[in-house]
Amino acid sequence: MKLVSRDIDKNGCGSMILIPEEAEDMWHAYNLVCVDDTLRSTTIRKVQNESATGSVSVNKVRTTLTIRIETIDFDTQGCVLRVKGRNIEENQYVKMGAYHTLDLEMNRKFTLGKHEWDSVSLERIELACDPTQHADLAAIVMQEGLAHVCLITPNMTLVRAKLETNIPRKRKGMCQQHDKGLTKFYDQIIQAVLRHVNFDIVKCVLVASPGFVKDQFLEYMFQQALKLDYKLLLDNKSKFVTCHASSGFKHSLKEVLQDPSVSSKLSDTKASSEVKTLDDFYQMLQNDSARAFYGIKPVEKAAEQQAVEVLLISDELFRSMDLKKRKRYIKLVDTVRDAGGDVKIFSSLHVSGEQLGQLSGVAAILRFPMDDEDSDEDD
Amino acid sequence: MSRHRNVRSMNYEDEYYDEDDVYGHSVEDNYCISPGTAAQFTFNRDHNVALSSFMDEQGGIPEEDEEDLEEGNHSDNHRSSLDYTRPKLNDVDEAKLNSALEEVCNVLGESVPEHVMVDTILKHNFSVEGSLNELLDAPKKQREPRKNRRNRSQGAEGSQTSTQPPQQFPITGPSVILKQPPKPVFHEPKPVPNKQSESIFSQKNVPPSSTSSGSIRLIESSTMQVDNIQSNSTTNSVNNSKNTKDIPKVTMTTSDGSNTNIIVDKNSKDVSNSKKTEDSGKEQLSTPKKERYIPPLPKSASKSKYEKFDLKEEYKKREGGKDMLNMVVIGHVDAGKSTLMGHLLFQLGNVNQRAMHKYEQESKKLGKSSFAYAWVLDETEEERVRGVTMDIAQTKFETPQKIITLLDAPGHKDFIPNMITGTAQADVAILVVNSTKGEFETGFESGGQTREHALLARSLGVSQLIVAVNKMDTVKWDKARYDDVVRKMGQFLKQAGFKDSDVSFIPVSGLGGENLVKPVKEPQLSEWYRGCTLLEQIEKFKPVTRAVEKPLRIIVSDVFKGMGSGYTVTGKVVSGSVQLGDRVTVMPAAEYAVVKGLSMNDEGCNYVFAGDHCNVVITGIDITHVGPGSVLCDSTSPVTCATRIQARIVLFNLEIPMTRGFTVIFHYQCVSEPAIVKKLVSQLNKSTGEVIKNKPKCLMKNSSAVVEIEFDHPVCIELYKDNKDLGRFMLRSGGHTIAAGLIEGVMKTKTGYVNEQGAENG
Repeated sequence: MKLVSRDIDKNGCGSMILIPEEAEDMWHAYNLVCVDDTLRSTTIRKVQNESATGSVSVNKVRTTLTIRIETIDFDTQGCVLRVKGRNIEENQYVKMGAYHTLDLEMNRKFTLGKHEWDSVSLERIELACDPTQHADLAAIVMQEGLAHVCLITPNMTLVRAKLETNIPRKRKGMCQQHDKGLTKFYDQIIQAVLRHVNFDIVKCVLVASPGFVKDQFLEYMFQQALKLDYKLLLDNKSKFVTCHASSGFKHSLKEVLQDPSVSSKLSDTKASSEVKTLDDFYQMLQNDSARAFYGIKPVEKAAEQQAVEVLLISDELFRSMDLKKRKRYIKLVDTVRDAGGDVKIFSSLHVSGEQLGQLSGVAAILRFPMDDEDSDEDD
Repeated sequence: MSRHRNVRSMNYEDEYYDEDDVYGHSVEDNYCISPGTAAQFTFNRDHNVALSSFMDEQGGIPEEDEEDLEEGNHSDNHRSSLDYTRPKLNDVDEAKLNSALEEVCNVLGESVPEHVMVDTILKHNFSVEGSLNELLDAPKKQREPRKNRRNRSQGAEGSQTSTQPPQQFPITGPSVILKQPPKPVFHEPKPVPNKQSESIFSQKNVPPSSTSSGSIRLIESSTMQVDNIQSNSTTNSVNNSKNTKDIPKVTMTTSDGSNTNIIVDKNSKDVSNSKKTEDSGKEQLSTPKKERYIPPLPKSASKSKYEKFDLKEEYKKREGGKDMLNMVVIGHVDAGKSTLMGHLLFQLGNVNQRAMHKYEQESKKLGKSSFAYAWVLDETEEERVRGVTMDIAQTKFETPQKIITLLDAPGHKDFIPNMITGTAQADVAILVVNSTKGEFETGFESGGQTREHALLARSLGVSQLIVAVNKMDTVKWDKARYDDVVRKMGQFLKQAGFKDSDVSFIPVSGLGGENLVKPVKEPQLSEWYRGCTLLEQIEKFKPVTRAVEKPLRIIVSDVFKGMGSGYTVTGKVVSGSVQLGDRVTVMPAAEYAVVKGLSMNDEGCNYVFAGDHCNVVITGIDITHVGPGSVLCDSTSPVTCATRIQARIVLFNLEIPMTRGFTVIFHYQCVSEPAIVKKLVSQLNKSTGEVIKNKPKCLMKNSSAVVEIEFDHPVCIELYKDNKDLGRFMLRSGGHTIAAGLIEGVMKTKTGYVNEQGAENG
């Protein structure tokens, strides 16, 4: 993301002009826009013209519109952000108050105006504009009959392909069906890799599985690559790294990112640091459960007493449609920061963030043990 | 929609076959039947078939035949027997012969001509056993007499030896037999006492006043398998001959007559009983191709309709046969599970010499000659190259009293999901531990699979266990080492919840083949070991009760495209029974399918019951609707599907505590499904089950709790209270088994799936 201009007054009210440069920036934009913000961007709109004679002609025009946001849609896998709202600046084509849906486009600037730019949003902009945070990574987690081909960016884990096939079991004297099923399955994975992994960007492809599936797969893949002349795979042979996972389900990615041999390679990705923090939380829960809280109410209580050392919070909570709720979470973040605590905002697109989301979205490691009797959680 | 589906799944085959049933065509014209099948199932006049053996043993008919025989009339068929004259014998021998002949006739019916019987009996010096053996061993062309079917229920004690009843009968008298069924005797019958009893028997028969013609009459009447009173005279003589010892003079009354009837009846039953055991005895000797409880049912000429069987009847019949057990072999990686079982199979003769030789050669080529026996079970290329079992291998073997379906589980920790699938299908287990110094310890300490497997087996409902202390040859059959292992394991297994009486220990060597089938030869072992061999111990497993009466459930473990139409699914019948032509519901897809073929251990059969491992060919369903974890069930009472359940769990050794939102893998029978612990309902006291705390923050290791679990996709489950076997599951996370649980209830989910509120708790 590129920050073109920034115009915020001392109350936090104002607007910024930003240019998204890659898919991940859409994710950042999604986390920035809120209902009731204003958004200005170029767009294409169908315009009806009525001539003097009464004949009607319809043509598409590119125009710049400013809308007040009403609904926000984001396609996580395709990384498309659509924002719907009413026009607030009349121009020659579009009347005031007319509805329009803006599709944010790559490499076209947009202006986002907010009544109040809070700390979380500002931090997000900073994060999004940091060019050093680019460690793209692909991962294949697999087991016999199930594979996920994922792309891991600093803030997102995108499942590019989920392959599920039934592989017949080995049985007495009938191993062919098993072998046939397996090669078919491997072929599918190879196709998915070729289609979805961009080796110009991706620095490393993790192949993770229980048992020998990963080795068997890699061996087969390079064999096929030689046979069928997949230059792409052969050139990037060194990028494939095997590691262990306990299953082929998506949440096994967590284990992969925890693997010390892997995490050393991608030390700066957010994904692995998130996994580590969450693991710390669970360790604390194990060792001293009075120093590990989760759920908004207990954590808030702890924050009031300046007990929070590390706050784990999912970015999902800041996207809340309910402004009050959002404010509550931002207040929590600010209190913790003021008290010198560390705040980790988890991306809900990562596996670790998903798990934190299941854990009510807020968790905290405390500095000192606290009593916590009324743990009321609503589902 | 439903109409549409009907058309699709319509059984075209059936429609067409009906048209083929035209008069004037013989079966062979229409269908290609292999000679083997033809010989087995079709009636052939050319062969020497005794029609009466197809009939029920009602009296009446024999009377006339008997007259014919006696009068020595025409009937060319019987010429051989007519021309035949008995060798001259003295009275004593004559009586011996008669009594022996009667016994033999009772067993064989008229499947064998009388003169052959007489010859054989003379040859064997009046020994019933010997002559029976010879006659039965001779190739038979027709079915056995159906008589013995009646008293299958007594077949539970089918272990008695064949000589027992005839011995007991003359000595004790039939009424005693009624009260006191012969006790099972395991050793082989000896011919010597047999002779004695024979002589007693014959002595008893000599005194009666009946003339020789009378006794012949008696013999011949029994030749015809008399059950009812035929005539006063015969009854009289029978009565006389039976009771002379006790009651010298018998006055005939009707009540007495009926008594006799019963006696005779019992007598024949007993004999047929003995004959049955004889049969099974024969089976032990030769490896039979057919299983005994699957009667060769004559198929009707038209294939179009499947024969319907009275399954209850058939199951009763089967109960008379050998016990069926599903046995899983578990243990730490490289404990020698596959080698042990491979060697056992080899010693039992289930693996032929040539195949074994091949394995030896090939494994030597790979430089892994010690893996030769494991190759019997590890069949895929990958497994052989790596020397590790990766998936469950399934095979079958028979012991004198049991039919064992063997499941060889992988020991490597990455393949525990496969091991769970196998263990879920097993009734009993062999836990193999490596006695080598250091190896036992790594397997046994935390992180080793000995512990985990034992816990899994217990949690999945396996209650009987043999611990095979393997590789004893590497520690020179050291008794101290063995005792050490036994002590440690015993302590642990007790904690894990195994009863002492259900656990047994055996020192073995899988590679050397010591103490598997044959008694101990190794002097170092026989010095101190007096127990039984592995095979004998397997024999001692108690039979398991099967839920045959419950609605059908077949849990699919594998789907593949077999030969012919439809798909073949493999699975274990957990409850109920199914036969060819039945319509089943496949859950969770809720689609109908028709059972087109059934087979067990690669042999076709007409029905399967709870406890069987079978292949089922189903048609009328798309392959996408059935996969591992699907359940074939009774259409009238299908299995429950749920996306959210309430369960009572026991946590094992957890690295990190379980909280709300914990992602786990839910292992249930053949399913492994990602799941999320949605809610911690309450924490329970582990021993009493009382609620300690509602809505706990987290669950620490070794605690017990009630939780709610949600899946991505609906999973077929059964509540623990409905079905003890199907109500269990395991939770795993990060490659470790973290909990075992019982399903208590099905919950509503947000998506509004199913139904039925589960047991409320706290």
